[in-house]
Amino acid sequence: MKNIMNKILHAVLIAMLAWSGIALAEDHLRLATTTSTADSGLLEVLNPAAEAALGAKIDVIAVGSGKALKLGENGDVDVLLVHDPEAEEKFVTAGFGSDRQPVMHNDFILLGPTADPAGVRQATDISDAMRRISGGVASFVSRGDESGTHQKELRLWRAAQIEPSGRWYLSVGQGMGAVLKIADDKLAYTLADRGTYLALRGQLELEVVFADAEELFNPYHVILIDPAKHPHVKHELARKYSEFIRGEAGQKIIRDFKIDGETLFHPDVIH
Amino acid sequence: MDYFIETLAAALRLIISADREIYAIVWTSIWIAVASVGIASLLGIPLGLLVAFREFPGKRLLLQGLNTLMALPTVVVGLVLYGFFTRHGPLGNWGILYTPLAIVSGQAVLILPILWNMSITAAAGADPRLGLTCQSLGASGLQQGLIFLSELRFALMAAVVAGFGRAIGEVGIAMMLGGNIEGFTRTMTTAIALETSKGEFEFGLALGLLLLLVAFIVNLLLQYFQRLAR
Repeated sequence: MKNIMNKILHAVLIAMLAWSGIALAEDHLRLATTTSTADSGLLEVLNPAAEAALGAKIDVIAVGSGKALKLGENGDVDVLLVHDPEAEEKFVTAGFGSDRQPVMHNDFILLGPTADPAGVRQATDISDAMRRISGGVASFVSRGDESGTHQKELRLWRAAQIEPSGRWYLSVGQGMGAVLKIADDKLAYTLADRGTYLALRGQLELEVVFADAEELFNPYHVILIDPAKHPHVKHELARKYSEFIRGEAGQKIIRDFKIDGETLFHPDVIH
Repeated sequence: MDYFIETLAAALRLIISADREIYAIVWTSIWIAVASVGIASLLGIPLGLLVAFREFPGKRLLLQGLNTLMALPTVVVGLVLYGFFTRHGPLGNWGILYTPLAIVSGQAVLILPILWNMSITAAAGADPRLGLTCQSLGASGLQQGLIFLSELRFALMAAVVAGFGRAIGEVGIAMMLGGNIEGFTRTMTTAIALETSKGEFEFGLALGLLLLLVAFIVNLLLQYFQRLAR
């Protein structure tokens, strides 16, 4: 009896070792991306197709653009899909990224409570909209996490020559999904990317109060980590991933990705 | 190695800089944890003594339940209370979601099982003759409770310290119910989570060191009070 138990234990141990061996041998590509691409559900359709094309597993690390770039800087990931043009340019200039290419875009929108107490719907342009919000009749919830969306928001305040501070300005340092929930609960205004908003719209009472301005354009770029800085990165696999999402098949998946019949991201290579 | 040296330097800078924002965060963390430990102690210690000295049906089940609740994940507490506090929830009118009070309630719920459970254990370790002596001297239930309280103060203090540690070190409830609002509900742990999500790893870890330092000082104070009580 003891003998049989022993044999079973050995067999289980060997099977576990073999399994982890197989799991480790599988090729993995590490992608750091923004919460917007993951929260909206795009990567759930785009990455399986890419995995099939690459013959490798794609591990997604969904964080704010600030952290995604930091992970790239440290060589902890192989490829980035982010939306913070100014920080991206700095990243590439500093030599961390070897190849930065456009993939797709969507836009930012200002959201607010249905009653729109600040009258943002009547705003003539984006700066006017920001000025109305800064009046303080309702709160504004800021990402405050140095993500692409946060950087965009700060640029909008600067352009409107407003220093956002005071009781109405709530800097919460959380992801887009959490910020939408907080703004919804507090009947506050916030800036969001359209993709995440559409994905969560069913759970929110927030409405779009200002959109469709040139200043609210939101481009996404794919950046390969420079193998000269970090020789261990899977540069070839990263290049293949970049080529896939910018190729015919990838761009079609992006174009066809819809929630409630609305397109979330517009492809930038093949329209 | 640079990473850790940079972290230590950042931690020292933090402490020396006397940055008002940092001190506000530290203070928020401390008073919230103290308040939740206070509430949990007021409920948990009497309940613990009561359960320890009474026999009733379902006692074993209750003890097992309490042991299980010691493993309560912080985010689960946050999720449950969120359901009560949200604008559409049953307590939505109170308007306490995303306020320090919401964090206090959540942390009190989190550590109540710890205080309750550890008080039961503490009482079980008391000298069995103590209860008999009390009874023979004709002490009332309340008087007995007070005698046990003073007799067991060291073991109960350990429960309070454990509860405080869990409260000040947790991030799930503070993030979920407090919302990490700058200058209002930002605690040390949510600030660490934020710095990490920004990619400011060194600064995040420096805040972590500061948290340990605060916990160290609080424990020193508790020890000092214990010595006074001796």
